[in-house]
Parts: sequence; C-alpha cells; structure tokens
Amino acid sequence: MARRATTGREEAIAVRGLVKHFGDVKAVDGIDLSVLRGECFGLLGRNGAGKSTTIKMLIGLLPPDGGSASVQGHDLFTDAQRLRASIGYVPQSLSVDAVLTGRQNLDFFGRLYGLAGADRRRRIPEILEMLDLADAADRPAGTYSGGMIRRLEVGQSILHRPPVVFLDEPTTGLDPVARASLWSYLGLLRRQFGTTLLLTTHYMDEAQQLCDRIAIMDKGRIVALGDLAGLRRAVGMPGASLDRIFVRLAGRAQSEEGNLRDVQRSRRNAKRLA
Amino acid sequence: MSNAAAATPNASPEASGTGGVPGFLASVWTIVQLESLKILKDPAEIASRSVQPALWLLLFGEAFSRSATLNTGGVPYLAYLTPGILAQAVTFVSIFNGLSIIWEKDMGLMQKILSTPITRTALVLGKMLSASTRSFFQLLVVTALALALGLRFEWGVGRVLGILALTVLGSSFFTGLSMILASIVRTRERMMGIGQLATMPLFFASSALYPVAAMPPWLRAFSRVNPMSYLVDGLRGLMLSPGSTGFAVDAGVLLGLGIAALAVATWRYPKLLL
Repeated sequence: MARRATTGREEAIAVRGLVKHFGDVKAVDGIDLSVLRGECFGLLGRNGAGKSTTIKMLIGLLPPDGGSASVQGHDLFTDAQRLRASIGYVPQSLSVDAVLTGRQNLDFFGRLYGLAGADRRRRIPEILEMLDLADAADRPAGTYSGGMIRRLEVGQSILHRPPVVFLDEPTTGLDPVARASLWSYLGLLRRQFGTTLLLTTHYMDEAQQLCDRIAIMDKGRIVALGDLAGLRRAVGMPGASLDRIFVRLAGRAQSEEGNLRDVQRSRRNAKRLA
Repeated sequence: MSNAAAATPNASPEASGTGGVPGFLASVWTIVQLESLKILKDPAEIASRSVQPALWLLLFGEAFSRSATLNTGGVPYLAYLTPGILAQAVTFVSIFNGLSIIWEKDMGLMQKILSTPITRTALVLGKMLSASTRSFFQLLVVTALALALGLRFEWGVGRVLGILALTVLGSSFFTGLSMILASIVRTRERMMGIGQLATMPLFFASSALYPVAAMPPWLRAFSRVNPMSYLVDGLRGLMLSPGSTGFAVDAGVLLGLGIAALAVATWRYPKLLL
C-alpha cells in the first residue's frame, strides 16, 4: 500500500479477497483491507452491508468462504489461536454477565486470556480506574447504566493489552453524553497503548471524530476507502460532509432497511443499554 | 509508536498461558468456576429446582409404595425409588442447560468468549462439568429427604465417591446432549419444548420408577439404549446393592457417551453462532 510505504508503518490487519456467503446472499463479497498499526479504522455501511460479518470473520468466529486475512501477522486460517490472543473484541450485543460484578467480569476475561493472577490483580484496578468504574467495581453489572456497561465491555477486551481491538457498533443505543465519553476513553486507549482500532458505526460524526480512515461498505463490497479528503475526491464532492458522501455511495434508492432480525437486534440492544 | 510496541507485546498463547494441556485445563477450570459462581449467586433457583424431586419422593413415592406390587428385590419401594429420583433430578436440570447457552448466544457473551484464545473444546467441557454444581445440590436434597424418611442405604467411602462420580458423568453427558439440541433448535422456546419432550421417554423408559422386568419387551429394548438407565442402575447399585454394584459398566457407558457428546457439541458449537 502506498501509505504503508510512505509512513513505514506495518500492517495490523491485512485482508485479501475475503468472501462469506449465507446461502445465495453474498454477505461479504471479496474485500481487501489494510489497517496500519496504531490506526483507527472505520467500517461504515447500512444494516446488512457486511460490516459485522467482516469483523466476525477477522476474529475467527465465522469461517470465511474464501480469501485470506491476518491480524498482527497471525494468519486467520493457520494461526487462529495466536490471532485471538492478540485481539480484543467488543460485540454489538451485550457481553457482560449481569449477575457478576464489574470486577468479576474483568477477572473472568483476564483468565480466559491466560493472564496470571499477579497481572490480573495489578491491571484490573488500573482499568477500573481508567474507565471510571472503580466506585462501581463490586456492584453486579446488571445495575450499571448503558455507558458503564459499554466501558466495562471495553475493559474486558483490553485487559491483556491487545495490539488490536475490534468494536462492533460500540455506541449504538448510548445517549450523546455516554457516546462522547466512550470516544474519549477510546482516544485514551490509543494514546496510552497505541492500540489499533477497527470499528463499525452508523454514526457519521463518530467515524469523522474517531477514525483516521474509513471504508464504506455496500452489499458486501467496499465502495470507497480513504480519509475524509480522499473520500471527497473519490465521489467528486469537495467540501461534502461524510453524511452526504455516505448517502451518495450507499444510499441508492433502496426500499429495504434491514430485515426483521436486524431491527429486533438493534432495538433490543438500544433497550438494554438505555 | 515505539512506546506502544513496548506496551503491547505480541501476545501469544504460550506466553499468556492458554496453550498446551495446562492451559487447556486452566481454561476448563475457569469456565467451571464462572458457571458455578453464577449458579451459587441464585440460591432461590437452586432451592426451587429441588422441589420437584422432593415432591416425586413424597407424593408419588409414598402413594405408589402402598399400592405397588412390583418386585424390587426385597427392597422397600421408597428406597428403590430414591436413586431413580436422583437420576431424574440430575437429568432434568442438565437437559435444560442448553437454554442458558442460547441465551448467551442471543446476548453476545458467547461470541465474546469465543473471541478469546480459549478453545471450543475447553468451553464445552467446562460447561458440561459445571452442570454438576446444580446436580450436587439435588443430590444433597434428595439424599437428606430420603434419610429423613427413615430409608436405609449401603454406605462406604467408595460408594459415596462413586455416587459423586456418576453425578458428574451423568450431568456432563446430559448437558452435552442439551448443547447439541440447542445448536439444532436455536431458540429458547423450541429448546423448552424439545427438553420437555426428551425428558418423558428418558424417564419412563428407564428403571427409575419400576424394574425393567415390569416392562413389555419393546420398552425393555429401548431402556437398554437409554442413557438414563445407566445412571439409575449405577446409583441404585451403589446405594442399595450390598454386593457387586456394576459401577464400572455404568460409569464406563456414561463416560463414553460424555466424550461423544463433547466431540459432537464442540463440532456443532460454531454453528450456534450463525
């Protein structure tokens, strides 16, 4: 990649021709991606564009039907366990255990990542402090607000200091204050640990605020990729907002707005986090 | 970036303690502890689950022992029934464990757990083994009630250990079976239905309530391939038979079935995610 050559930075995520079919539907239809180390990369697209499916393949939850991918140099097909050890994942849906306390939720994930007891005892209070959860650490996560739950979920995924963190619609269902606060924590994460972030979102302001580069997906394909200036050039709309670029690229006259399952899922998540 | 590289060492499973046999066992133990912790956080659930076996013993057992003309080999019917009710309790709490797996899938917790370096086998085995925590409480309640009713059983350290081992093997196998069913039916509603459907033939076509000799030949043939029969026979042998208990055969069959269930459930597990 040109950018890689000019900056000399290595790739954190490399994707070549990745494909996933569900029956006749091409959920992901041969995409190429190169995310640099330390970069925040945004995947935008409408419901069903293939964003979540892409993430699920990259973290080893869904076997791809074709193509290749690696994260931090670990190949998805031959080195999946090492790949998973070097990533954190914050899924779209709720992933804390409501009956366990914040601290127990963190401890559990620390153990799943194979962190030794001494490391966990040192890092868990640090992370609780960093994410402003120290006061609530010993309360069941079921009593947390939506913003606190998301922070706890981020905490679970960074305990082992992964070089790459995947976030699937991290702020869907959060109120504007909680969203802004999550952004600042993600910023902190990048500054403190140089973590590479790959996130999906429906919010253009979020992508513009957080991401160095953005890929817009539509029907399983990447239809544009670059920073804001690059995207503007690509669509020939100087000075356009990301919103307008997005509508131009992905908003063709389409009547379908995701199926019942998408609606059900996003509303359920919104309700849980409210 | 150089700071970041130092702060985020290239995590590998070996370095982080999730590789090899010790790592595998540690992962299994983590899951067992987590699940047990969750079970113990809800004593009301444990108590309410003990009511049904208690009622079987008190209502059905007391009434049936007065009217039955079954040949139970000189053992009072209530004593004969006790291991049957124990096996029933273990089977019935375990066969519905698939419900919580579907719940975790719907929430997103399972996807997050599977994005860690833990192997699917370790996760499935941990879940199978942790079902014993619930079963131990059933064992405690049923045994205490039986003793309070003045029933007499064979005692010995070996016998008690054997009963505990059969409880672990039985609840592990039926939990594994439940996970396989969960991966097929995929919704909680259908899982409730299929669980209830499964419990009837398992229970009534075993020797839990009456000796196999009292059955017509076709039912007797079915009871021979019914896994629950081996749990009942094993428990009954240890609790009531003064001489040879037949433990090895019953435990061996349940162990074999458990390993098969582990293999199939591990293979099916990723399909739950789609």
